[in-house]
Amino acid sequence: MDLAIALALQIIYGIANLVLISLGLAIIFGMMRVINLAHGEFIMLGGYVVVISTNHGVNLWFAMLILAPVVVGLIGVIVERLLIRHLYGRMVDTLLATWGLSLVLIGLITTIFGAQTATTISAPLGAVPIGEYSTSGYELFLIAVAIVLSVVVYLALKFTRIGLVARGTMQAADMASALGVSTSKVYAITFGVGAAVSGFAGALLAPLTGVLPTIGATYIAKAFITVISGGTAILAGTTSASVLLGGINGIVSFGIGPTMGEVALLVAAVILLRLMPRGITGRIFRKSL
Amino acid sequence: MIRSRETRWSLFAAAVGVVFLFAAPQVFELFTIINLTTVLALAILALSLALVWGYGGILCFGQTMFFGLGAYAYTIAAINIGETTAPIFIAIFVAAAFAAILGYFIFYGRVSDVYLAVITLTVTLIFYSLLRSTSGPEYKIGNALLGGFNGVTSPPLNIPGDPSNVLYPEDMFYVAMAALILAYLFCVWLTQTHFGRVMVAIRENELRAELLGYDIRLYKLALFAIGGGIAGMAGVLFANGIGRVTPDIFNLYNTALTIIWVIVGGRGTLIGPVLGAIALFYLTSGLGTQASINNNLVLGIILIVFVLLVPRGILPGVIGIWDRAQSRSKLLRSEKRMRRRRAPRRPEQEAANDG
Amino acid sequence: MKLDRRRFLQTTSATAAVMAAPGIIGRAAADDTIKMVSILDQSGGLDIYGKPMVDTTVMAVEEINAAGGLLGKQIDLKTYDPQSNIQFYTQFATQAAASDKADVVHAGITSASREAIRATFNRFRTLYFYNTLYEGGVCDRSTYCTGSTPAQTVEKLVPYVMKKWGKKVYIVAADYNYGHITADWVEKYVRDNGGENVATEFFPLDVNNFGTTIKKIQAAKPDLVMSALVGGAHVAFYRQYAAAGMNNSIPIASTTFGVGNEHTLISAEEGNGMIVAYSYLQEIDTPTNKDFVGRFQAKYGADAPYINELAARSYEGAYLWAEGVKKAGSTDLAAVIEALDTPVSYNGPSGKLEVEPKTHHAVQNVYLAELQGQKYNILETYEQQQPADTLLVCDLVKEPNQSKFYFENGLEAAGIK
Repeated sequence: MDLAIALALQIIYGIANLVLISLGLAIIFGMMRVINLAHGEFIMLGGYVVVISTNHGVNLWFAMLILAPVVVGLIGVIVERLLIRHLYGRMVDTLLATWGLSLVLIGLITTIFGAQTATTISAPLGAVPIGEYSTSGYELFLIAVAIVLSVVVYLALKFTRIGLVARGTMQAADMASALGVSTSKVYAITFGVGAAVSGFAGALLAPLTGVLPTIGATYIAKAFITVISGGTAILAGTTSASVLLGGINGIVSFGIGPTMGEVALLVAAVILLRLMPRGITGRIFRKSL
Repeated sequence: MIRSRETRWSLFAAAVGVVFLFAAPQVFELFTIINLTTVLALAILALSLALVWGYGGILCFGQTMFFGLGAYAYTIAAINIGETTAPIFIAIFVAAAFAAILGYFIFYGRVSDVYLAVITLTVTLIFYSLLRSTSGPEYKIGNALLGGFNGVTSPPLNIPGDPSNVLYPEDMFYVAMAALILAYLFCVWLTQTHFGRVMVAIRENELRAELLGYDIRLYKLALFAIGGGIAGMAGVLFANGIGRVTPDIFNLYNTALTIIWVIVGGRGTLIGPVLGAIALFYLTSGLGTQASINNNLVLGIILIVFVLLVPRGILPGVIGIWDRAQSRSKLLRSEKRMRRRRAPRRPEQEAANDG
Repeated sequence: MKLDRRRFLQTTSATAAVMAAPGIIGRAAADDTIKMVSILDQSGGLDIYGKPMVDTTVMAVEEINAAGGLLGKQIDLKTYDPQSNIQFYTQFATQAAASDKADVVHAGITSASREAIRATFNRFRTLYFYNTLYEGGVCDRSTYCTGSTPAQTVEKLVPYVMKKWGKKVYIVAADYNYGHITADWVEKYVRDNGGENVATEFFPLDVNNFGTTIKKIQAAKPDLVMSALVGGAHVAFYRQYAAAGMNNSIPIASTTFGVGNEHTLISAEEGNGMIVAYSYLQEIDTPTNKDFVGRFQAKYGADAPYINELAARSYEGAYLWAEGVKKAGSTDLAAVIEALDTPVSYNGPSGKLEVEPKTHHAVQNVYLAELQGQKYNILETYEQQQPADTLLVCDLVKEPNQSKFYFENGLEAAGIK
């Protein structure tokens, strides 16, 4: 029984992890139809903000919860103004541009900080006993964060004016523009928010993973697959795809092994897209966000 | 008018290729000739995606999967058979057949656009994951062990019918260059046939083509399989160029890189992506001979500047400049306007419109 | 080699000459310098290993040159960056052998890259040094593998930690050739020492969520965990293990943790108490090593990376080759091989490093150390360990003309187990 609870928590954590690493990409893709190949690097930057700032004596919580999203969000806005802005309506060219951006960010971080940076932080909150087992308190915290973050995004989109404008722009940019919305501003903010969420995820994962300039590569494919499998609805899509893919991954990892767990995740995504050619929210939860 | 100009240019490009085929070994150093096999293999891979994506509008984010399958199929078949002529055809067949199966799965499920990109990427990553974990002796096909992450040594090509007469790496250049020229001419021919023109019609407007009575699923499937076969042939050459096949062929970096070549070279053209692949290979390897600045940084900056300055890719960019120069001196305005009207519509407009 | 066929001799006279008279052509032409090429990843995912290796290689060559060079000539070092990409490995290997006419090439990190370029060096009769610790089993007359192999390190580590912590062992390893072979050796030595293998689990190199496995370890209650995890993503294992409070109850031992300087990527609390085995550690307390570390840090500044086995061995590998050239009195391939096999040895930062002539591997010291506060405390030193695994399959003295990677498909395929 204890084992069942511990495992269930572990699988829920796997899902939360997937939500965290995908949500930033989902915001940028869902709103702007830009496939951001530098998404993994935004996550990496979030981790670097935490490692570098804590090495300079900044409080871990402040670095993770405030500094990282702000810094990476600002980088996102700058990138949008300098680069992405010139490429709207040219989805394919943004692939090339963000690929270049991803190389630049890896190269820049390596040049400034070297191939690796020593860290002093470890996961806070200690271990939580579950009968004979123990699980990381910090992982439980991350589950909570993933839920809160999803709810915040939902509320922001549903009930705020910015959310309304953003949804309007997402559905019909021309119309929004004709009604006096500055779509350019909306896009800049969206890209910034997407980057901030990615940086936030990277920061939160920093105490649980290795932070290296090239670590983004381990996130991008999974995030990409999750977001597209979810379909066009940012939130419902990403969370439902995370539940499905993360759940399958967790169960197969435990039952057969980690390699098959990875493969099962990928196979599930392929079958899912065959059955629902526009992703989960292309078929069900259509009206959702 | 335009078609004849295209044909002229294509034949000119092929002629340049033939000249290069004979001149290169006299001009370049031995090591350059040896390495060209690998570069040309990548160029043919780029060509296959130029056909599938540039002409067919199928955004395949996993073209390296057919490339890798070709390389593995060739290697495994050659180890088992003991000669390499049949394995070339086996490799092309395996790659094309797999593309046909996957294509059936995709097109008859009406998956398109970015969702298709993700399916192809995901299947590529499945190969990557599976092959990496095949390091044990239990993973073998016939006599060929799969070798896991470290991969398998590929036997070099031999003269047909004479397994002991093995081609040397410098001789492989002739094979690879000839393969590129032939594959290119084949693609040019294909795009000028009825089939090719229907493909362009489908790319421009799927619904319209379908209403005109074309089975667009079948057309896409056929093009996808042909592209897969060409990529498989490129894989054979790659296995010869490297002397080894490893699962890394299937990784995200390489499959994304294929897309990058096509964008850099220019979508909607065939020779552009070929040049894009060659240019980026030499740019990247050239950067690798210096150590003062991080290579990722330099390459990334070049790509970003490129996408801002040359939005349509190398070849369309060059043609655009050429056209402007021409029209200023000779052509009438009306003709110019006409050509602009005929310029291909871009796939991303469709992408931007849906959802 | 399949490639050494008569047609090759006909192709061009220049290459034919390379084949017919190795070591003379080209090398004689550029007589004023000795050419050394290094091909190691300085960008891309493998740069955490490659960059320090390049740094120490450059340092070794600069030192040799400052001391008057080799045979009265300066060493001309070229470094290429294959950017963690196998096609550039073969590209640069061909360039080094056919164009630069290198007298020696020090190259390669992964076994896949080594096998791809080794064929090229065989063909052009180029001397090749591989300074990375790896799974063992390469048996090639013109290749020298100076890094440690599992039999050297695992053989010492397993009995030590079993004696200290207990007999039930849980193995976690990277799911690729090196991880599998290392896990095989761990299993063997656990059995040999009367222990029990509870379970062995393999992880793809890009997995960074280890939660379910940590629960499995909790359920299995082993006395210790042996890790053969590799690479940046796998650092996550140690952190999540500690986050679940496991580092205080079930200790970890490893022969792979630290080779990418992982011990600085996790915090002190997370790593404390882990025991590792390498043939070099920066903390080795000898005057030679302290001097070496001092010079390295003076050259590369205060934030110079930690010197791990790969970096130190790249430095020692360069010197070991230099000793061979000195002894041979020339850079001729056959002469240098003969001289190296006498065997030559070099007293470097890791202690005495000697060529083992049957396998062209190295007899070297092995150190067991415990991690405390992101630093290693050396617990034991085992002098002059033989490459016992490769010795089981390879005898270049008896059969000099071979070029084989015996462990390509695991130990079982090589007839061991």
